[in-house]
Amino acid sequence: MTISTPADLPAASEAKTPTPRALMLRRALEHKGFIAGVVIVGTLILVALLAPWLAPHDPFAQSLPHRLLPPVWAEGGNWDYLLGTDQVGRDYLSRLIYGARVSLTIGFGAALIGMMIGVTLGVCAGYFGGWVDHSVSFLLTAQLALPGLLLAMALVFIIGPSVWVVIGIIGVLHWTYFLVVTRSATQRLRSQDFVAAARAMGATRWQILRTEILPNLSSQIIVIFTFELGISILAESSLSFLGVGIQPPTPSWGLMIAEGKQALFYRPWLVILPGVSLFLLVIGANLLGDGLRDITSPQGRN
Amino acid sequence: MLKYILQRAALALAVALVVSFATFMLLNYATDPASALAGEDATPEIVEQIRQTYGFDRPVFVRYFEWLGGVARGDFGESYYWNKDVAVLVLERAPVTIALALSALMVTIVIAIPLGAIAALRPNSWADRLALTFAVSAQAIPSFWLGLMLIILLGVMLPILPISGDSSWQHFVMPAFVLGASSVPAVMRLTRTGLIEVMESDYIRTARSKGYRGFALLRRHAMRNALLPVVSVLAVQLGQKFGGSVITESVFAINGLGRLALQSILGSDIPTVQMLIFIFALIFVLMNLLADLLNAALDPRIRIT
Repeated sequence: MTISTPADLPAASEAKTPTPRALMLRRALEHKGFIAGVVIVGTLILVALLAPWLAPHDPFAQSLPHRLLPPVWAEGGNWDYLLGTDQVGRDYLSRLIYGARVSLTIGFGAALIGMMIGVTLGVCAGYFGGWVDHSVSFLLTAQLALPGLLLAMALVFIIGPSVWVVIGIIGVLHWTYFLVVTRSATQRLRSQDFVAAARAMGATRWQILRTEILPNLSSQIIVIFTFELGISILAESSLSFLGVGIQPPTPSWGLMIAEGKQALFYRPWLVILPGVSLFLLVIGANLLGDGLRDITSPQGRN
Repeated sequence: MLKYILQRAALALAVALVVSFATFMLLNYATDPASALAGEDATPEIVEQIRQTYGFDRPVFVRYFEWLGGVARGDFGESYYWNKDVAVLVLERAPVTIALALSALMVTIVIAIPLGAIAALRPNSWADRLALTFAVSAQAIPSFWLGLMLIILLGVMLPILPISGDSSWQHFVMPAFVLGASSVPAVMRLTRTGLIEVMESDYIRTARSKGYRGFALLRRHAMRNALLPVVSVLAVQLGQKFGGSVITESVFAINGLGRLALQSILGSDIPTVQMLIFIFALIFVLMNLLADLLNAALDPRIRIT
């Protein structure tokens, strides 16, 4: 049995000791799940950005003579409408393409808000400890007890549904994961020598948090951000499906499933297609998150 | 032990109070219940009249303590939308949701624990990878969509199950599966990591040297310890099932608390919504308390600290 050392690998033969960055890149290229996640999420982000050029039709244009056309592979399909049309004759492919915009905007926006709340609370609780930690832990317990979906539904409905309200409310309700991880990581960093050195050199608390603690948390924060991206996208689709999220005629995948539900028995693709799109985007985000975690902390697997 | 129980119970009570206060503020102060109740087309005079009739013009703190006092006496208030006591509404709808939540938990246990055990028996084998792939995929499926796919498959293509309503046990099969499936990935992963950890411990090595192998080893020695954390997570998951019932019940037209919540939100019925959020939070808090106590009872090390 031959034992392969880094020196046997072509990438390592040029440099004597591979830099951590090079090692990370190699782990990334060898990680199948990560590559799949990058491809899926990357493609869907491109689709969302290029929507006006990719969509064959106007996603809002109704056409009653063309209503409920089946996809091109089914009987009666039409090459002008590759994935068919909905109940009011809007091109389904174009609506799905624009739906990627809605999902990604809300996913990124909500995860960003959740990140700001969770990281701030987590770093403060972990660094200061004492009563700050106790109050933040209590806040966490209370937040976990709240039925998030139900509260989000009620608030979106009462405040008035719009993309910004949905982003804000999902974000404000999804910060616990960021908090838990940054809190324990900060507790570990607080007692490290480089933090003590910074303190000895007269750095203020704010400087220590900003220049010593936060940069060391960045890889964990990115991993959680990726997972929360998927969770927020699912939350938006649930709200929109129940009628208390994105409102018609905006093409949101969750809303499209709700609209297609009436025709579930004889036009099932109206429900299947947006669901598959959602599944792909969320599984892409999850694979990306899993991959990033394995790549940035190889010892932390399992 | 008594001190531990009291501490946990006091924390649970404090959390329930804070949650109820926060919800009350969000629903009654951050937003305007009078204009929500009046609807979009109402004139300012009508909104003002509603505000005075229902007492929304009084300070929000006074109203919160009135509400809390009512809850303590068992008076849950009056629903504007259903013209009924909220308590009566909740009691009418609760049994269906409790049945749904418990059967969903059974589904989770029956799927997740064997899958986790199979995966842990041979880490990194094809069975382990398959189980993990399954968990990653299951996490990415929106539960309402899973419900609709099951309706197409089991209700229409091979019509073996009823697709809506709650009049027989068959009506609960698909909803319980959908609601239970959402907890499978978390419980499966926890079973797997717990078992792998236990399998590497000294006493399992001893059992191995005595000739125990495979499932006999799992069942007689490893499971008992590995399932300790799983039991408490199951209690927490049961608490979450009530909040999750909103989606499942609306997909399968089950007249439980979840559907009541959606209907009340769409009808701007703040007292009912407020009460349901409080009840769901309370169930979650109680399940957490139960999990803490179960853990302390099963694992004596916790009681000492």
